[in-house]
Amino acid sequence: MAKVLMKGNEAIAESGIRAGGLCYFCYPITPQSEVAEYLSRRMPEVGGAFLQGESEVAVSNMLYGAAGAGVRCWTTSSSPGISLMMEALSYIAAAELPCVIVNIVRAGPGLGGILPSQGDYRQAVKGGGHGDYRCLVYAPSSVQEAVDLMPLAFDRADRYRNPVLIIGDGMIGQMMEPVEFREQEFPSLPEKNWATDGCKGRKPNVVNSLYLNPVEEEQLNRKLGEKYARMERDEVMFEEFNTGKPYRALFVAYGTTARICKTAIKKLAEEGIDVALLRPITLFPFPSERLNELAEPAEFLLSVEMSMGQMLEDIRLATCCRKPVHFYGRQGGLVPSPEEVADEVKRLLGSAKGDR
Amino acid sequence: MQTIFKRPEALAVQPTHYCPGCTHGIAHRLIAEAIDELGLRERTVGIAPVGCSVLAFNYFNFDFQQASHGRAPAVATGIKRGRPDLVVFTYQGDGDLASIGMAEIIHAANRGEKFTVVFINNAIYGMTGGQMAPTTMPGQVTSTSPFGRKTDDVGFPIRMCELLSSLRTPAFIERVSLSSPKHIIRARKAILKAFRYQSEGRGFSFVECLSTCPTNWGVTPLKALEWLEEHMMPYYPVQNFKDFEPATPEGGKDAD
Amino acid sequence: MAKKNYLVTIDRNRCKGCELCVHACPKQVLAMSKDINEKGYFFATVVSQPDCIGCKFCGMSCPDSAIEVAALDEAEVAGGI
Repeated sequence: MAKVLMKGNEAIAESGIRAGGLCYFCYPITPQSEVAEYLSRRMPEVGGAFLQGESEVAVSNMLYGAAGAGVRCWTTSSSPGISLMMEALSYIAAAELPCVIVNIVRAGPGLGGILPSQGDYRQAVKGGGHGDYRCLVYAPSSVQEAVDLMPLAFDRADRYRNPVLIIGDGMIGQMMEPVEFREQEFPSLPEKNWATDGCKGRKPNVVNSLYLNPVEEEQLNRKLGEKYARMERDEVMFEEFNTGKPYRALFVAYGTTARICKTAIKKLAEEGIDVALLRPITLFPFPSERLNELAEPAEFLLSVEMSMGQMLEDIRLATCCRKPVHFYGRQGGLVPSPEEVADEVKRLLGSAKGDR
Repeated sequence: MQTIFKRPEALAVQPTHYCPGCTHGIAHRLIAEAIDELGLRERTVGIAPVGCSVLAFNYFNFDFQQASHGRAPAVATGIKRGRPDLVVFTYQGDGDLASIGMAEIIHAANRGEKFTVVFINNAIYGMTGGQMAPTTMPGQVTSTSPFGRKTDDVGFPIRMCELLSSLRTPAFIERVSLSSPKHIIRARKAILKAFRYQSEGRGFSFVECLSTCPTNWGVTPLKALEWLEEHMMPYYPVQNFKDFEPATPEGGKDAD
Repeated sequence: MAKKNYLVTIDRNRCKGCELCVHACPKQVLAMSKDINEKGYFFATVVSQPDCIGCKFCGMSCPDSAIEVAALDEAEVAGGI
């Protein structure tokens, strides 16, 4: 199929439909409302369900209901709206229901601002809702990658019976880029024989997260834990840039900031400074193993984030602080420039050694 | 010998955990009878709330989902929008529906979501131990209104049927009581009609059941029925508020 | 027309002793037992079966679906059950 020029939000919307996400619930919030606007027109054409709910609280519970009935469903929102979905997300994870939630992250905390941010890393990766659960989290760094990740997200949601988050930022959502909707093949999925879709010919199914018996609740926690361990084993995705030759420093960055780091790497190379990049595509599971290997030859690591440094903690954990891990970030919706990032590398290279 | 009254097929054999004399069991049975009578069991999905009936999924013989507190109408919306062929109902208490879930119920009703709501109003929070509900009667003593509900402090009880009837969209809204066989027969008819309307795709149907909580009211089951009729029914009139079809004339034959 | 006969059956171990059925019966067919069931409740029991008019009020009032009502045909009544 030929490439088409599309705005990120609309491309995500179209890819969601092509991935079989024919049941979509939403509540308007900047900077992702174009997804809802696009789907309000497009869903009727493909015989899907589109509904603008009364709140993100309701929308996320609509996902619980539809997913529980075995329907491939999804929503999109932005940071404050995602916060409102956290209760249902915990229930969805506990009841092991598949759904896809796209967060076009904006600056926070609070109502914050509408410009790009990566301030929701911890919320996405560490939980956000209550209880002991995890979501599979993808972080595209281009519109094309966002398009490609939608079918994968739906497949993995079904395969693991788990909510999947896609974390973009205002750049990914608002930017126009040429995209191609590629057919993706996945192995066949197990039948949803747990869904509440009418008990004809079988015993009744129950979608539930209540376990008053502590032994049963512990069993659920352990079962979920084993599932998350399987994700950590099988689902790690990342991209390496400039790692094929010796480098003095290693960037770790995801999404939009990874693109900025790539430009910075090219600028630094012109000045004879070799720097590499590890770009996590999955934020959970985090590419700890590869990060450890890539950290080895580097003098230091630099986490570049549009936050006060959230992924930074995971980088330090993954490397057990064997190398200095520095941070450079912009906040409030401001995006770091390649020059700023390159200058920071030069400053760190020039500063005293042993800065741990 | 011909059995003329027995446990409906849609009701599970398992005994409930409800307190003696709690009218949840009656409401459960009326729902199961309606589902059996309309032949809907194999395509019905119930939504259990948070409250005493949180375990309702154990007591019915069909598919169930358990929703977070107050969100049952949103969960039901999700199911019905994704699978319009299924028959869906929420079963919610007064704290769940009229307090924490007010936004969800109003908007589901106003969108005319094609599911049924069975609202159990017993004027108190049961499961958490008898706290004041939005439907607690003026002067009623609860564990969080130890001197009786003061209307100048927390307002008057919310009348959900009246509130929802101000909306144009809903197809069917009726308040019934579970306080005597006469009222139970009317309740049975209302619940049957609500499910029939849903199965005919007519729109949002809502039945409020005035119910008791002998344990948290601190009275015997029989006294609780008397209290319901004396104190709740004057404030919460038992009547039809909205009907897709014209209402049957007053004084019509009650028994079936 | 001959008076019809009915059989009320109470599953004593489902009964929680709330007495709603006893109160609902217009013919005083039911009463509370002096014994307790396996849950520890005084259960409802049938004390004057022939007075039953088959109104089903007991069953309708029972929150625990512990009551069944059957109509007997004449042969069954004559033969006794």
